Amino acid sequence: MSFISYLINGISLGSVYAIIALGYTMVYGIAKMLNFAHGDVIMVGGYAAFSMMMYYGGNPVVAVLVAIVVCTVLGIVIETIAYRPLLEAASPLAVLITAIGVSYFLQNAVLLIFGSTPKSFQSVVNLPSLKLANGALTISGTTLVTIASCIVIMVVLTTFINKSKPGQAMRAVSEDKGAAQLMGINVNGTIALTFAIGSGLAAVAGVLLCSAYPSLTPYTGSMPGIKAFVAAVFGGIGSIPGAMIGGILLGVIEILGKAYISSQLADAIVFAVLIIVLLVKPTGLFGKQIQEKV
Amino acid sequence: MKLKKVMSVALCAAMVAGCMTTVASADEELTWKIGGIGPITGAASAYGSAAMNGAQIAVDEINAAGGINGYQVEFQAEDDEHDAEKSVNAYNTLKDWGMQALVGTVTTAPCLAVAPLAADDNMFMITPSASAEECISYGTNEFRMCFTDPAQGTASAQYIGENLDVTKVGVIYDSSDVYSSGIYATFRTEAENQDFEIVAAEAFTSDSKTDFSAQLQAMVDAGAELVFLPFYYNEASIVFTQAASIEYSPLWFGVDGMDGILSVEGFDTSLAEGVMLLTPFSADAEDELTQNFVATYQDLYGELPNQFAADGYDCVYAIATALETTELDPSADASAISDALQAAMLEISMDGLTGSGMTWSEDGEVSKSPKAVVIEDGVYVGL
Amino acid sequence: MEKIEKMKQKNLKSNLITYAIVIIAFAIMQVWQISGNLSSLLSGLLVPICVYVILALSLNLVVGISGELSLGHAGFMCVGAFASAFFSKCTAGIITWMPLRFFLAILIGAAAAGVFGLLIGIPVLRLRGDYLAIVTLAFGEIIKNVINVFYIGLDSNGFHVSMKDQFSLNMEADGQIILGGPQGITGNEKCSTFLVGVILILITLFIVLNLINSRDGRAIMAIRDNRIAAESIGINITKYKLMAFTISAALAGVAGALYSHNLSTLQASKFNFNTSILALVFVVLGGIGNMRGSIIAAVILTVLPEMLRFLSDYRMLIYAIVLIAMMLINWSPKALEWRERLLDRFFHKSAKEGE
Repeated sequence: MSFISYLINGISLGSVYAIIALGYTMVYGIAKMLNFAHGDVIMVGGYAAFSMMMYYGGNPVVAVLVAIVVCTVLGIVIETIAYRPLLEAASPLAVLITAIGVSYFLQNAVLLIFGSTPKSFQSVVNLPSLKLANGALTISGTTLVTIASCIVIMVVLTTFINKSKPGQAMRAVSEDKGAAQLMGINVNGTIALTFAIGSGLAAVAGVLLCSAYPSLTPYTGSMPGIKAFVAAVFGGIGSIPGAMIGGILLGVIEILGKAYISSQLADAIVFAVLIIVLLVKPTGLFGKQIQEKV
Repeated sequence: MKLKKVMSVALCAAMVAGCMTTVASADEELTWKIGGIGPITGAASAYGSAAMNGAQIAVDEINAAGGINGYQVEFQAEDDEHDAEKSVNAYNTLKDWGMQALVGTVTTAPCLAVAPLAADDNMFMITPSASAEECISYGTNEFRMCFTDPAQGTASAQYIGENLDVTKVGVIYDSSDVYSSGIYATFRTEAENQDFEIVAAEAFTSDSKTDFSAQLQAMVDAGAELVFLPFYYNEASIVFTQAASIEYSPLWFGVDGMDGILSVEGFDTSLAEGVMLLTPFSADAEDELTQNFVATYQDLYGELPNQFAADGYDCVYAIATALETTELDPSADASAISDALQAAMLEISMDGLTGSGMTWSEDGEVSKSPKAVVIEDGVYVGL
Repeated sequence: MEKIEKMKQKNLKSNLITYAIVIIAFAIMQVWQISGNLSSLLSGLLVPICVYVILALSLNLVVGISGELSLGHAGFMCVGAFASAFFSKCTAGIITWMPLRFFLAILIGAAAAGVFGLLIGIPVLRLRGDYLAIVTLAFGEIIKNVINVFYIGLDSNGFHVSMKDQFSLNMEADGQIILGGPQGITGNEKCSTFLVGVILILITLFIVLNLINSRDGRAIMAIRDNRIAAESIGINITKYKLMAFTISAALAGVAGALYSHNLSTLQASKFNFNTSILALVFVVLGGIGNMRGSIIAAVILTVLPEMLRFLSDYRMLIYAIVLIAMMLINWSPKALEWRERLLDRFFHKSAKEGE
């Protein structure tokens, strides 16, 4: 029974990674950049929701909506100021470094505003725990909501990308920027939209992360951010189902590794599995194999 | 390319200018210069800023009361980001500033890098909270305000063995943290002499401290009646929440790092109900000293002080108390002050926030007894 | 042919200038230090600056010359640091002449990191771009995590290893803990000096610049510029990539050895993702493939946060803003264009006036 319990906890943690990884993957797919500030956008989302709930007595739904708005705006601002001027730069690494700069900036700005003491996040979910098998298995309400929102987001996002007009524009831009522009697609607008969606997702991830693991500091986002980045690569960066599966697998491996192999070496296990996967499938689980033309 | 060069030259020039301005002007009014080092930014910043804030309050109080030996005190806190290398930089910056005594460093790893330098310079240092034994082992100029890791681990094991009726004990600890793994190691050693058994010991690391469900499940499976948590309140708040979500409620036992759990903003304190901890300081203590300190701290920084703040505060008072027994004035150099302070520290007995009648031994360790408290209805109650 | 000769000469001249800058900087600092006017902060920063310069040069070899992205360079530095500090600690009683011990320690640090570079490189260099980056990142994290759980002690019976804690080592009374899990290695003797640091920088520069201007170096750069074309003219891709990667790892190991012999304490947690990223920032800011730029960027970015201390609470915030601004100014096509125009106008004017 404890195995199932570990598994469910792993899926729950993995769902959070997955939602974060979606943001990474979408941005990478379109702008071909690793947005290392993504983890910190999550943290900002957490603080936005926290402030709404603590200081403005807002109800959870309002708090989540405010967090989404704040992060979306933040995402667009970051993209405009720090990334867009560099998208045409001579090396793709330039924008990676500004992303790091943005990450430092967000951490330290929040540190100055909210201070360094951790904030505990009252769960936005008020569901009772689910008890199965005569109480031997307890699944918390937060876990259920996390997993459910992950599935909903995944379905909505896939539909959006595949069916809607802006979604198709995104795919076109990610395929070939130049050709997309010639077809009359507003490339900059599409990239900004991607950032907006990615950051909005980050807000949701932030709220879920802080609900399940309620300790919020200016550095809360960085490690889950890196792990989610790993998850995105795991699943094949640029692929939406890949990010999803990658995130969940990563969470499950982390928890099972902790439970059955060594709780000290859990991180090493996660990263070792990643290396092995990449050696077997060099573009991740769902990554596209691109044929090189000579 | 030209502009780049011009810019780099300009930047270098600015830096050189920055380095030159370190010559202290002598015609200023004489003041004591006390430096502080701790993490003010970075993942450990909650501890460093608290200690520095506490020290600043003590300095302000001392100044308002006329200073030390009639001279005002200046306090400068430098950030070390919980990094040994940055800590050395912070120490050198303070030396350039003219520091005469050091309150620091707050965390253990940086302290191990700064302590040998302070010993070489014969700079008096008292660390508020670096708890590894080696931190103050480099010279007779080094003192400590908090308990050592071994002292805490042993005391916790003894307390559990002697006063609590449990046989199966589980431990969750941070294997990437010196403080936590240090306490765990001595706890384990002492546990062998006690009539309880460690049935499960699970670790986490600073990179995987978001989720504790696996560790908690292991505690459930091992049937631990009491879980020992030798780490900071930051992670503990997650442990309590997650334990509550799987409806696991053993006895919880913490160490001094657990202090602060009740002041985490937004934390549902009912989750910490029944948590026991050994701590030298509690923000709910009734005595006047604590209450004044807590009120001032809340006024200035808008939050409840934790034990780091209290340790920082006591460190400054220890320096002040020791200095007052000497005839020195701030014109003395750091080394002379250090010599005088070393002798004076062994003589004084001080009542502070973290203990009354505190005295120091020659190896720099403080003698005070930890108080065991239990959290009831959101406040500490002495045991 | 003449053209090639000219290019070679130009290269040589440029390289000599780079060496000269290092030596002159060393001389200035040395005089300044002897005259006693150097602040404690700056004299304490001299060795760390050397460490980061070497790290930046070594990473630039991978990123700039070989064209691969490594996000785990701190991992190699970590291996070098621990291997060399471990050696120094074990042999402190055997090799009593410090310079020899330190010299051997640096060699061992470089060798250990180089071996790791080779081991990681063989399977991993098949991957491309960001996938390679993520594997190096993973490697860095694994190294850090693994060192954190090891306890190694030495007593009259030899080595004792445990993955639990120092008490499970079961050592004799004369035992000494060498590696203490998260506490790492403590009580290291401070051997690193500015002189040693500068010599190591010069050696690193010599290795890197010579590699670039050698036949092997040109092969490596050919692979970077067009892998398929390079392969088609018979360049052994794996061999050359591996060569650059291993040398770079070994040099990072040297930086690690210098680092670990500068502080009395060494913890694995230092070599995290942030340190790897910091090295990458040096490289990108200084100019990818530009060794002189890496040196200057490493110096500036090591000194800058210390010089910003007067800003107290706002220090890291301002640092972040400066970093973003420097990137935008140096890399944004628009900013570059604007700069060109500005300089053009300025220089044309002065040229005309000169006539």
